[in-house]
Amino acid sequence: MRPVLCQECGKRPATVHLTQIINGQKRELHLCEQCARARGELGIMGEPFTIPTLLSSIITDGGHTFPGAGQAAGLRCDRCGLTYAEFARTGMLGCRHCYQAFENQLESVLRRLHGTTVHGGKVPSRTGEEARLKREISRLQEELAQVVIREEYEKAAQIRDRIRELEKKLR
Amino acid sequence: MNLDDVLYNSHSCWMDPSGPDSDVVLSARVRLARNLEDVPFPSRMGEEGAQRVLRMVERAVEDLDRDPQLGPVGMFRLDDLGALDRQVLVEKHLISPNHAQQPRGRAIILRQDESLCIMVNEEDHLRIQSLAPGMQLDEAWRMAQAADDVLEGRLNYAFCQRRGYLTTCPTNVGTGMRGSVMMHLPGLAMVGQARQVFSALGKLGLAVRGLYGEGSEAHGNIFQISNQTSLGPSEEEILRNLKAVSAQVIAHERNARRALLSQTRIQLEDRVWRAYGLLLHARVISSEEAIRLWSDVRLGVDLGIISEGISTETLNELLVATRPGFIQKVVGRELEPSQRDAERAALIRHRLRR
Ligand SMILES: [Zn+2]
Ligand SMILES: [Zn+2]
Repeated sequence: MRPVLCQECGKRPATVHLTQIINGQKRELHLCEQCARARGELGIMGEPFTIPTLLSSIITDGGHTFPGAGQAAGLRCDRCGLTYAEFARTGMLGCRHCYQAFENQLESVLRRLHGTTVHGGKVPSRTGEEARLKREISRLQEELAQVVIREEYEKAAQIRDRIRELEKKLR
Repeated sequence: MNLDDVLYNSHSCWMDPSGPDSDVVLSARVRLARNLEDVPFPSRMGEEGAQRVLRMVERAVEDLDRDPQLGPVGMFRLDDLGALDRQVLVEKHLISPNHAQQPRGRAIILRQDESLCIMVNEEDHLRIQSLAPGMQLDEAWRMAQAADDVLEGRLNYAFCQRRGYLTTCPTNVGTGMRGSVMMHLPGLAMVGQARQVFSALGKLGLAVRGLYGEGSEAHGNIFQISNQTSLGPSEEEILRNLKAVSAQVIAHERNARRALLSQTRIQLEDRVWRAYGLLLHARVISSEEAIRLWSDVRLGVDLGIISEGISTETLNELLVATRPGFIQKVVGRELEPSQRDAERAALIRHRLRR
């Protein structure tokens, strides 16, 4: 696990983490002890702050645009309608398809947030089963193409039935 | 199950003082963020989406309820509860302040002993949380994981092989897991080492927050240490890291306590007994003062300075019992802050003398 750097100085690791909901928008602030003290964020309860979130600054690269961010601002998830600009402002994605719609941009956001971009943990067993079925189906489809080329129609019919059976399980 | 049994009861399962390392660690918690495949995330699902999620989750909860290890559980829609009831749930760390403030289309699923609590339609469709007394992260993980497995049997999660569990905020994607350990660290605070220790934790990718999290200062020297990243390592690796670092913090805290005891024993004893005296006799007390004194008394009990008449369990209960919402719930009506301070003092006197 990589440390998150202080959002103020960008040098020391952030050890003070604050979350607030302002006008329905989630803001997170990650500071080192020194910067938190300097800003008066320590010792004051719930003092509101308005500077952009770490997340938002990571997404927009602290106001400087990272490669491709210009075009990214116009991107939109066609399922939920969220624009990339909105995501950059709120730090919240709208649906699972957003992960595909903004895939290239998220790659760099995730790398900065987590130090890595690929999941290495638990897989839901149902999804695991689905993945297994899909793999088996695509293997059978290849085999089907081969036997059709060889004009082994009886075998092709068997494989096609097997594929239909597996596809039923998928639904 | 009956929700009032939880709301009127200041005791929770994590207050059991027999948990490991309970002289320093109050509780361990594991949270899993999960979303359903077919509905937009809560930030964009709208009222209709919220109701769909509630209906789907309701059906899945029947399986949880029937599970001999997890059930019985109850599911409660937050807009059926009063503001005060929701506040008590926040004070018991069962739901987030955000969840309580916007009850519409939201719910909680709760086990009577509070070891399992699931927020529905908070930032993610599901926030599965499990809580255990003392340094029992593995226990908490086992229960959260079991609940996750049962729910997954009925619900299709938004999941992708590459990114893992898909969450509203990309800070939670991957495992969706946040493990955290709630610690009482008065020794480190008194010897002035807390800052160094926390800065070291930051370097190791862990976050430190004060007790009432969300933007507040640490009251009563209670800190919550949790993993900051959720993508890449497995759940077990994340917890292993958190456990290893927590063990170091616990050792540092115990060293600091020993040093204080050997070098400034009389001052320490004076501080502890004065705090105990104030709690026993005060007629008006703010929640801030109460938790500050609580910290001194708890340290006194853990170090054996106060050796009879007060149990760790009672002290743990006071953490919830002295909160503003709980006091009003017990008294049965809304109170002005000054009235609360008087009721709080009375409640503390009563509990400590029992
Ligand atoms: Zn800094
Ligand atoms: Zn979307």
